[in-house]
Amino acid sequence: MLAWTIYISFIGVLVLMLLPRDNARAARIVALLTAIAGCVVAFVGAMQQSNPGEVTTIVKADWIPSIGAKYFLAADGISLVLVVLTGLAAIAGILFSWNIEKRTKEFFAFYLALIGAVYGVFLSFDVLLLFMFYELTIIPKYFLIARWGSTRKEYGAMKLAIYSFVGSHLVLIGLIAAWVVARSQLGHASLDLIELSQVSFPIAFQHWVFPLVFVGFAILAGMWPFHTWAPTGHVAAPTAGSMLLAGVVMKLGAYGCLRVAMLMFPEGVRMWQGEIACLAVAGIVYGAGVALVQRDFKFVIGYSSVSHMGFVLLGLATLNTIGLDGAVLQMFSHGIIAGLLFAVVGRMVYDRTHTRDFNDLETMQLGKQLPFAGVTFVIAGIASMGLPGFSGFIAELQVLMGAWTVFPKLTILSGVGILIGVAYTLRAVQKGFYSDAPPAPADHDHPLEPISLPERFGAVMLIAASLIIGLFPSLLMNWIEPCFTSPLSMFGRLLAKGVAQ
Amino acid sequence: MNPVNYLQILQLAAPETIVTLTVLVVLGADLTMLRGKSIATRFNVGALLSILGCASAAVFAFTRHVEFNLFNGLLVVSPQSDFVKVALLVLTIFTVLISTSGKFTDHVGEYLSLILLATIGLMFLVSTEDLLMIFIALELASLSLYILTAFNKRNAKSSEAALKYFLFGGMSAAFLLFGFSLLYGISGSTSLPEIARSLQGRGLDPLLLVAIVTTVIGFGFKVAAVPFHLWAPDAYEGAPTPSAVFIAAGSKVASFYVLAKIFTLGFVGAEGSAVWHGYVSGWMPVVAIVAALSMVLGNLTAIVQSSVKRLLAYSAIAHAGYMLLGVLSNTPVSASAMMFYVITYALTVIGAFGVVAVVEDVTGGDAIANFNGLSRRAPGLSLCLLVFLLSLGGIPPLAGFIGKFFLFSAAVGAEKNLGLLWLVILAIAMSAVSFYYYLRVLKAAYVLDAAADAPAIKVPSLSLFAIMLLAALVILLGCAPGLLMRFL
Repeated sequence: MLAWTIYISFIGVLVLMLLPRDNARAARIVALLTAIAGCVVAFVGAMQQSNPGEVTTIVKADWIPSIGAKYFLAADGISLVLVVLTGLAAIAGILFSWNIEKRTKEFFAFYLALIGAVYGVFLSFDVLLLFMFYELTIIPKYFLIARWGSTRKEYGAMKLAIYSFVGSHLVLIGLIAAWVVARSQLGHASLDLIELSQVSFPIAFQHWVFPLVFVGFAILAGMWPFHTWAPTGHVAAPTAGSMLLAGVVMKLGAYGCLRVAMLMFPEGVRMWQGEIACLAVAGIVYGAGVALVQRDFKFVIGYSSVSHMGFVLLGLATLNTIGLDGAVLQMFSHGIIAGLLFAVVGRMVYDRTHTRDFNDLETMQLGKQLPFAGVTFVIAGIASMGLPGFSGFIAELQVLMGAWTVFPKLTILSGVGILIGVAYTLRAVQKGFYSDAPPAPADHDHPLEPISLPERFGAVMLIAASLIIGLFPSLLMNWIEPCFTSPLSMFGRLLAKGVAQ
Repeated sequence: MNPVNYLQILQLAAPETIVTLTVLVVLGADLTMLRGKSIATRFNVGALLSILGCASAAVFAFTRHVEFNLFNGLLVVSPQSDFVKVALLVLTIFTVLISTSGKFTDHVGEYLSLILLATIGLMFLVSTEDLLMIFIALELASLSLYILTAFNKRNAKSSEAALKYFLFGGMSAAFLLFGFSLLYGISGSTSLPEIARSLQGRGLDPLLLVAIVTTVIGFGFKVAAVPFHLWAPDAYEGAPTPSAVFIAAGSKVASFYVLAKIFTLGFVGAEGSAVWHGYVSGWMPVVAIVAALSMVLGNLTAIVQSSVKRLLAYSAIAHAGYMLLGVLSNTPVSASAMMFYVITYALTVIGAFGVVAVVEDVTGGDAIANFNGLSRRAPGLSLCLLVFLLSLGGIPPLAGFIGKFFLFSAAVGAEKNLGLLWLVILAIAMSAVSFYYYLRVLKAAYVLDAAADAPAIKVPSLSLFAIMLLAALVILLGCAPGLLMRFL
């Protein structure tokens, strides 16, 4: 059933391609229906999964027997969380790009292709298949930004594409090497993640191959110092593009780190655990610090993404159940909240005022002109700061608890990052919406267009998602936790010695 | 000596014979019935005849399952060589299809028959294990290609390109012949297995070393590997597009097939080793250096090109580097991986050149700027271009990616302790670089807008049909590589 999330998205692409060129309305509706269908399938499929702690096969068929590649789609609790996130983010992104008038049909075709590939990554349990979907996301990303973006869009798009491509090539080197080593151990060629997760690669091999694969994926997760694509890419992208970039694409990287790099090379993780944690905390503090001094509203959010993704990486580096739980939950939480923040800045503010410079925004009294946007941003800001009641709180708390037992000093440092996070969020709220600077003479001929219905829907949906998970984290934790604690967990090997440390 | 059985030779060489007859028919038809008709008609009828001939030869070669070795390797027929011939014929068919919209010549019959003659040369090239025969077949193909390059008499660049190609080609043929003569001198035979037998246990004497180096030079020229590549960009740019396509596709497939054969069959025992920290002199290190240079130089130079044809030429040089990895790995797996890569590469590059040809016809140039706004002016065509270029760049799920995976994994697995990993890392790093320049072309097509007064692009239907078919093949072979892999 879950496999249909992928198929539906690509069918949507085909339908869009067949639509007449000038019918923007039809394109929007087709895209929205496709996204909703995908999301519904994701939800229903996830509910049907009775035992999220185990890997449940969806499809398994021979694909390229000579190299052991299979068409192997499956899901465990972690996949479920991220698939549901993708479904929600897809709908929200379309609602917030309802105003795209330029080449609408192509925009949504690329958009749905991206969504389909993202679903594919989260559901693939064959490394080659996973890698294929992973690379398939690069092209739509590039075109979405380069064609429909704003500020220095071609630069931002090319930078993102090249970073992604370099990252995925690091992964490819590691995978090919691992495939050869595994073949000699297993006696047959295999790219099956479950089989590969049982191969014990030689320690010396893991020592160099793990960082290669991990960094390859982590580039896309915005790991400091390879994060520089993220702010420029987010800023250059159209609203829906930034929402997807921050919302799901960065998760692809983190997911790859966990599902491929850490699963296959547990000894490698242990050797590099400290270094990863250091880089993660550097990202948290640096991202927050830089966000504090930005003049461009969208750059604030862009750098805050780097900071929040640092928590995901920190959680991964803890190698204990609670930290990993937190990391996965943070993926979901940040996906929702960052999407919301970008929606406010990109769609509600920038598309109306055509500026993101705080100096200009301060004189506009947006809190009065666009009350809905102001309130939404305040709520999103609160959620982003990690106040209790929203999903970010539970997630970051768990990460910090997990990290405290392993890296106490780094945990304190990342606490500083959270404090700066409060500061830059409040600064953005104040400068962006509720400034007491003298207002510029209002332009009565061109009042700002009021917030439209799709935007309201999208915003409410995302806020609700974050709030529900914040109040009832068990909804997702019931999926995530068994993945690490169940005796049949594929991560058993990773955690076994991690706890003993 | 046994009496020669001519009927048997004719039977074994039946596919080649069919194509030879086709040459005569095409020439005859063009010189008699089609006189005075328009160029388009002559091209269409001639193409139809050529395609029929090639197709029947391909069907014949595909359905017979003969395993025969005539005169100690002079003519070798095996299911594998037959399949390579089928691939060559298919590539020729596509080349002919793309040439039908050409307006560069009045000599239609001659043009088509030269393409077919070159095909015959390549077909003989893949079905022999004898040095003399290899040389003759290579020259038949090369001479045809020189003329094909010069075929656009109205364009000075075409003549310049042909002259360059010819001079370089003549020089490399001399090198090759010199190397072959040394091999004959050492072993007393022109048959590759015989040579290998007499080389065994001899070690690496200076004569053999010279023979190896000159052979690498000769074939390095044919496949346009660095540092023997200088003719390629000019030839690709100046030649009429279908000729360039043929040089890039068909000729490459056959050259790589025979190159691998010479090295793996003829130079057994002189391999040496190109393993990191485990260097042993022999042919492998020589090929490794050529491969590494081609990958690096080809990709880096392609970045700064503004003409798409030149860009494709440098990318072809880079791809030759990747393919040499397959020769270097020297295992049965890597040999079939290499053939998969070469064949899918050839299909892709024909398609890419086909798109370039159409754009050049309409806009009058092949600069990247001429592709601006292609996605609006010709959506189908630009979608195909997207497929071809992404496949060349190695994006899944296209044939180019899976080919790279086969090739690189075979190379890594070929030596103990991942010995060739350094070359694979270089190759993968360089393929990341290559992505940038393919994306530049696609950016022009999909992101930038055409000038307001740009004329609409009308795509000739035969070309469009061929291009779309190729795009479909590239996607299909990427998703289901087993379809092709099981024949190799």
